Amino acid sequence: MIHQKHIVETSALIVALILVMLPILGFESWAVLTLAGLSMAMMIFIMASGMTLVFGLMDVLNFGHGAFIAVGAYAAASMVTLVGGYPIGTVLAILTVVGCALAALVAGGIGGSLFERLLVRPTYGNHMRQILITTGGLIIVEQVLIVFFSPREIVLLRPEELQGSLLIGNIALEKYRLLMVAIGLLVFSGLILLFNRTKLGLLIRAAVENRKMVEALGYPVRGLFIGVFITGSSLAGVGGALWALQQELFTVTIGSEAMLLIFIVVVTGGLGSVSGCFFSALLTALVANYVTFLYPPLSAFALIGMMAAVLLWRPQGLIPVANR
Amino acid sequence: MLNRLLSYDLPRSRLLAVLLAIIFVCLILTPFIFTGTKSLSIAAKICIFVVLVASYDLLLGYAGIISFAHAMFFGIGAYSVAIALERFGTGFTQLFLGMGSGLVIALLFAALIGFLSLRLRTIFFAMITFAVSNAVSVTVIQSYKLTGGEDGLSYNIPQIFKSSYRFLEEPVFGVAITGKLLLYYVVFVCSLVMFLLLLRIANSPFGSVLRALRENEFRTMAIGYAPVLYRTLASCAAASMAAGAGMLSAVWLRYTGLETTMSVDIAIDILLIVVIGGMGSIYGAVLGTVLVIVAQGYLREILIAIGEFFGGWWMTGLFNPDRWLLWLGLLFVLCVYFFPQGIVGWLRKIEADRLIRQQAQS
Repeated sequence: MIHQKHIVETSALIVALILVMLPILGFESWAVLTLAGLSMAMMIFIMASGMTLVFGLMDVLNFGHGAFIAVGAYAAASMVTLVGGYPIGTVLAILTVVGCALAALVAGGIGGSLFERLLVRPTYGNHMRQILITTGGLIIVEQVLIVFFSPREIVLLRPEELQGSLLIGNIALEKYRLLMVAIGLLVFSGLILLFNRTKLGLLIRAAVENRKMVEALGYPVRGLFIGVFITGSSLAGVGGALWALQQELFTVTIGSEAMLLIFIVVVTGGLGSVSGCFFSALLTALVANYVTFLYPPLSAFALIGMMAAVLLWRPQGLIPVANR
Repeated sequence: MLNRLLSYDLPRSRLLAVLLAIIFVCLILTPFIFTGTKSLSIAAKICIFVVLVASYDLLLGYAGIISFAHAMFFGIGAYSVAIALERFGTGFTQLFLGMGSGLVIALLFAALIGFLSLRLRTIFFAMITFAVSNAVSVTVIQSYKLTGGEDGLSYNIPQIFKSSYRFLEEPVFGVAITGKLLLYYVVFVCSLVMFLLLLRIANSPFGSVLRALRENEFRTMAIGYAPVLYRTLASCAAASMAAGAGMLSAVWLRYTGLETTMSVDIAIDILLIVVIGGMGSIYGAVLGTVLVIVAQGYLREILIAIGEFFGGWWMTGLFNPDRWLLWLGLLFVLCVYFFPQGIVGWLRKIEADRLIRQQAQS
């Protein structure tokens, strides 16, 4: 059961942070930074939600989650190469980006099912072996990607239609970031709908609460779990593709670099909680953007400080899952 | 006497004992039986890494907590010595001051991280140490005025440790007795002492509490041991040993940079070595380190040969010498699968099986 109180408090905290920053930063940079923070939050959320879900459902901690992010980014880049650059015309270019996301989705899913079968399944119930073996899996996937794509940086440009900014008054809002916010909200509401309005979601939530009981009622929790694992890795793949398009330049370490933010988000949000993941992604990304603008040298430790403060306040994370 | 030195934790396998003895003798005699500076630097690297990996094993194998910040503590030790020697001159006073401050910083960090994250389930420790060590390496790059940033620091060491310093006019057994040789033996003896100390910690009552916590936290708590306290102390002990190894490395290399101390590569190396060598037996660190570091030195040639033998672009890609991490990673995963106790566990199992068979026969 997710407590209403926690959601209200956390949202209040985030809104307060955004409002406090308005007079400090001045309206223009405030608007730009807040948008940047929101879009970054959405991307982290898309990447991290799978990891937290998999933990919540099956107590599996996948340290190799970053592998799917890298796989997604490379799948998107291969898709663009396959099509031969972006075609002229808004609709076609957008379609290509959608194609990239789909390629990443499929690649992440395939990677996820292989990962689950080969590495995660033999290590159920033993966190230490799980962490070790999935870390090993991440190393192997990164090296295999290097074998196929060379260790050089990969350039993945956005189509022209998604470059540049929209001018509203004298504030320049980047188009791609706006799109990211929209996509992120879509994914979040999709997940929330899935969890709260469908039978499947009900089963998953029930299995998180009490796996044995759901099994006893005759539902295949294993199958559910594999489905969730593959969905999570597909989402990570999509997130990786979107992240790569945002940066337009990436190497094989894109996944392990993203893991840093993902860990911070997952721990502060409350391991296993999807809404916790969403809200802590918002908090983390906003703090990261504001601090980097205000005082860059502090940016590395600001997030650690934030995580420490949250853990001292709520050791189970911002929006904890009951029974854990 | 030997038994006492090894804290009554004997190798428990004849083959293991023989291998350890060979490694020990080789490390003592390296300057005299192998020629060239490369073998000496490999031997010194082995000494330093044995301590680093063995201290990691105290956390991973005994306490059962995974840390991704072990390379960070190694780096803290190395950078404290490096900064002291670079900033304040090359005397022994500065060296010892650097060592002392490094130890204090490492202990503070370890205690802070421990009390913050070990209150929660131990899996949080893995994630939080990952985040903290990342933040620290970013900070090291950013504060380039102090740390040299990406370039790292080069500095002088006390005159007595330099290869230009000669103790004897005449070479002994054809080897010149230089400061470099003295430094090698200092590194060797320090590493040996730290290794024996780790063995002592692992086999002390404290080590038993750690193992008990790993096996059954709830029961250990019920007997009256506070998990947070014991795990944090283990983390502090491991961190100080890692920092000590870092100090040795800083003096030996006369250079301290990110890629020799805190890089992801080093962190991965430590993890791979400890698992391949054998978790939960300090001796595993020795076998694993020797295997991996010697392989690192010579695997390149083997991989090139295999790649040329097969031909074909993807084969040369797979057997490219820069892809050795791929093979090490596969070995690592297979180890976690089939030999969770690593090489040492495997050797001990062979010995135990042999004893059982002997008893059955008699």
